[in-house]
Order: sequence, then structure tokens, then C-alpha cells
Amino acid sequence: MEASQAVKAKADERSYQMQKWRNKTVDVLYSLFRYLLVIGISFIIIYPLLLKVSVAFKDKADIYNPTIYMLPVNYTLDNIKMAMDILDYFPMLGKTVLFVLITTLLTAASCAFAGYGFARFSFPGSNILFTLVIMTILIPSTTLMVPMYLHFKSFDFAGLIKLFTGEPGVNLLNTYWPSIITSATAIGLKAGLFIYIFRQFFKGMPKEIEEAALIDGAGGFRTFFSIMLPNASSPILTVVLFCFVWQYNDTFYTSLFMSELQLMPLKIASLPAQADQLIPIMMGLGGASSIKSDANHVAMVVDTGILLAIAPLIIMYLLVQRYFVESIERTGIIG
Amino acid sequence: MRASKLTLRHRRSLLGLAFILPWLIGFLFLYAAPLLQSIQFSFSKLVIEPSGYSLDFVGWGNFNNALFVDATFNRVLTDSVAGMLLNVPMILFFSLFSATLLNQKFKGRALARAIFFLPVILASNAISSAETSGLINLMGDASVVDEMAKTTSSYNVMSLVYMLSDVGIPIAFIDYIIGAILRIYDIITSSGVQILIFLAALQSVPGTMYEVAKMEGATAYESFWKITFPMVSPLILTNVIYTIIDSFAGSEVTDMIYTTAFRTQNFGLSSAMSWLYTVTVGIILVIIGVVLSKRVHYN
Repeated sequence: MEASQAVKAKADERSYQMQKWRNKTVDVLYSLFRYLLVIGISFIIIYPLLLKVSVAFKDKADIYNPTIYMLPVNYTLDNIKMAMDILDYFPMLGKTVLFVLITTLLTAASCAFAGYGFARFSFPGSNILFTLVIMTILIPSTTLMVPMYLHFKSFDFAGLIKLFTGEPGVNLLNTYWPSIITSATAIGLKAGLFIYIFRQFFKGMPKEIEEAALIDGAGGFRTFFSIMLPNASSPILTVVLFCFVWQYNDTFYTSLFMSELQLMPLKIASLPAQADQLIPIMMGLGGASSIKSDANHVAMVVDTGILLAIAPLIIMYLLVQRYFVESIERTGIIG
Repeated sequence: MRASKLTLRHRRSLLGLAFILPWLIGFLFLYAAPLLQSIQFSFSKLVIEPSGYSLDFVGWGNFNNALFVDATFNRVLTDSVAGMLLNVPMILFFSLFSATLLNQKFKGRALARAIFFLPVILASNAISSAETSGLINLMGDASVVDEMAKTTSSYNVMSLVYMLSDVGIPIAFIDYIIGAILRIYDIITSSGVQILIFLAALQSVPGTMYEVAKMEGATAYESFWKITFPMVSPLILTNVIYTIIDSFAGSEVTDMIYTTAFRTQNFGLSSAMSWLYTVTVGIILVIIGVVLSKRVHYN
């Protein structure tokens, strides 16, 4: 009797060990599989970037060397110099960043105002107005393209300019004003989305702190600036980040309103044609039409130019990326 | 003071209006007015003159032109709407999948997250247009680029097709999957924000739920479908809408509307086209919204 029990206990022990071992194997296999997936997808994402970095430092002598993969044999900074010359890099970057910063800050401010207004106050028609905000998110901006263009071609705010000067309005095209005006009035690039984010966040904040501020004698604006805004760092961060990136990359509004201002997105889009024209001249071969630049060389310079264009974004991203997820979580967009 | 005579409720209303005032002004003068004008333009022939522009009412002429006379608009519209609809499920699947992956604990997760969200930063029309035109430059003309894209995907798709059809999967479904595999780069790069939203949703699911499920003996698979999926389902609608809105920017229809307006100077036709596009997308959004919001679990 006892012997059989001992045998049974031993068998139990063994099956337990087996079970444990099996679980462990499954876990290890699963985490291997997971790493495989994560590494694979990451590779797909960063491969084009790595390729561009490798091209940026590659000498032209290496273009037709079939044995080279990623790591060039002859390193050079020529491509970067050339791309910088064609793009007029630093002045243009400064101009673009300044423009994007101004529009971003204006958008964030006006959207925060509107978001707070929609979150905390109910006035006649507030629901209808908020539905209109959602509508501005959903309607493609191409619908407004022609009237906006004509509007800013002879800009006249409610007939005021005509009233005072008799002119039919001022031409604001190819100035920074169209974008500044649209961002200050919270209807610029994807502003509806930002208003929505701010509204969701402010709605989630406890009402008590505002009431306390009210009792302590703070007015509406004072409450907003000294109580609500300091607590709203996560939606502000989210909105500023996204707005900055989207403005920086936007070609739609820049080509519509500011096609002659040479900002980064347009410069990059026209880079291939320019590189094609300018490279022979820069290499000291003269501008004769019979001399064509090598298409592979042009492609190399274009890739370098693209890398230069996105470099500031990548650097910014590396600095702030860990706030990215956290801030989105806390904005309450999911609630 | 007059203001003090107002009741508290009135004062609150006025304060609220003051907060939304910048938006309201912008909306009225720079959104609603152009929107109405755009409707007006779509029924007119617009001629630019030195001192502004003049309008000629032409009725449904522009819409007629867009739909029945213009050789390509029909095709471009259906193509890009169909492409958008095909992409939506794949982007959703991929982003939910990646979000679940990134929500698990493993070494190097921070790095993986940083890489997965990189496409949010890099999704730029300017860059993609520079890249394709660079490639066209290299190859001589656009058709070669297409050919090259086909051959450089160097992976023999047909063997996979035969294998799947031998298993008995319907051909239409195989087509869809293969299409997804070939466009994997596009799908991955356009699902950055969606991953972010799903990830935020996943992290708001209370961990205690999974603990209970585990104690009751649920497998990981079961707890995904019984807990994770219902909890993130409200975000599916958000992500579908976001994906559709996001597809406006790079879409062929947008380009076509732009060229019709500013290259061929046919502003009326361009407005009519954009309204057709808006209405089509609007109908799709309403249908998706109605269908999905009935199936979604709200807590």
C-alpha cells in the first residue's frame, strides 16, 4: 500500500516537473518569437533610414561597386555638402523652424482656449458648435482649398480694409500670414483634432479645483491660466509635438499659400529636379545642356537631402519620445 | 457695473464664449464662409479677374463634367476610396497587434516603442514625392519604377498563393493577404498614431481583470478576446475614423483636385470634385460609424 503511494507521489512529482519544463519551453519559444517579430518590424521601419545614412557618407566612386552593402569603402562628406548647398540648408532650416514654432504655439494656445471653453462652459448652442468642430476634422481640406486661396489673395476681414482704404483687400499669398491667421484662430492644420484632445482632457479634470479657485476669488481667465494650464502639461505636450511634426511635413498648405517662400517641405519635394540641374555646375562642368548628371549620383544627393530634412525631427524625437506614449495616455483621448 | 447685474449663469455663458471666441471667429470667417463659397463655386464657372473674380451660374454642369465627361475622375475616386477601405482593416489589425506586442514586458521595449512610433514623425508627402521622383529620375520613367518595384520584391509570391489555395482558402481572401504582404511597408508606416492610441487604451485596462481571468483558468488567447478586445473596442471606431482622415492627405483625388484648380484653372470643376469626394467619404464614415457603434462595448 505504502509502496504504491510512494510510486504515485513520484509519478506526480515527475509530471509536475514535466509540466513546469513544458511551460518554461513555451515561454522561451514565445519570447523568441516575439523578439523575431519586433526586430523584423523594426527593421522594416528603420531600413530606409539606415540606407540613407549609408548613402550620405558614400563616395561617388562607390556607386558602381556591386560588392558594397550598406558600409561604403570610401567615406566622404561631399554629398552632405552638395545637398546643403542646393537646399541652402541652414538659412532655410532656421526659417522653417521659426515658422513652424510660431504656428505651433499659436495653434496650441487657441486650441487650448477653445477646448477649455467647450469642456467647462455650457452656453446656448455649445453642443452644436462642438459638432461643428468635429465636422472640421472630418471634411477634407481640399474642399476649402479654392475659396481659402481666393480669400487670402484679397484678404479682407469683414470688409474692414475696404471700408478704410477703399482697396479690395490685401494679398497675403506668399507671406506667413495665412498660416499664422489660421493657426491663431484654431482652424489650421488638424486643429479640430487638437481642440478635441484639449476638451477631453479638461473634461476629465476634477471640477472641485476650479470651484475652489472661484471661491478664493479668481476670475475665469485667472483660473484657466494659473490652475488649469499648469496641470495640462500632457495634452499640451501631445498637441505641440504633433502640431510641430505635421506643420514641418505639411506640403498642402505650404504649397497653397506660400509656394514661393522656400520652406523645407517644398524645397524637399523639388529637390530631385534641382539636384539634376545643379550638380554638373557644382562639379565644375559648366551649365551646358549637353552635360547630364549621373542619375545615380543625383539619387544619392537627393537621399542625403531627405536625411538632412528629417534630421531635426529625429533629433527632437529622440529627446522627447519617452513622453510621447505617457502624454497620450494621460490626455484621456481614450476615455 | 452692468456685468454684475447678470446672473451667474449668464456670466458663465459669456466667459465660455470668450474662451471659444478665437475659434468662433476663425470658424465663421475662414471656415464656414469658404465652405459655403465652395458650394457656390461648384455650381458656377469661376473666372479670375484682376480685381477679384466673377461667377457664372452653370447649375449641375460641373458635377456632370466631373462624373460623366472627365475621363479619369471616376476611376481615381473609386480607386482611392477602395484603396482606403482596403487599407483600413489591415492598418487596424496591424496596429492592434503591434500595440499588444509593445504592451508586453520584455527587454528593449523602450527602444522598440521608439522605433515603432518613428513613422509618425517621418510620414511626409514631401519626402515620399522626392523619393519617387528621385527613383523616376534614376530609371528614366515612371512605368519602369512600377516594374522595378514588382521585381525587387524578390520574394516568390506565387508559391505562397498556391500553398494557401491548396489549403482551401478562398482566392479573394488570398489576394487580400498577399496585397497586404506586398504593401507591408506602407501599412506599417501609416499605423503609427493608431498604435499609439491602441497602446494607450491597453494600458488603461486594469491588470486585476487579467489576474482574475488567470485564476479562473483562462488562457492568454481567451483573455485577449474576452477582456482586451472588448476593452479596446471603442477605440476601433476612433482609429477607423483617424485612418480615413489620414488618407486624405496623400490621396490621388486630393492631387487631382489640386491640379484641376491650379494647373488647369478650372476652379468650378475642382470644387465640384472636392464636394463629390467629401460626400462619398461622409457616407462611408456614417455607415462605418453606425455599424461599429452598435457593436462596441462601452464601460
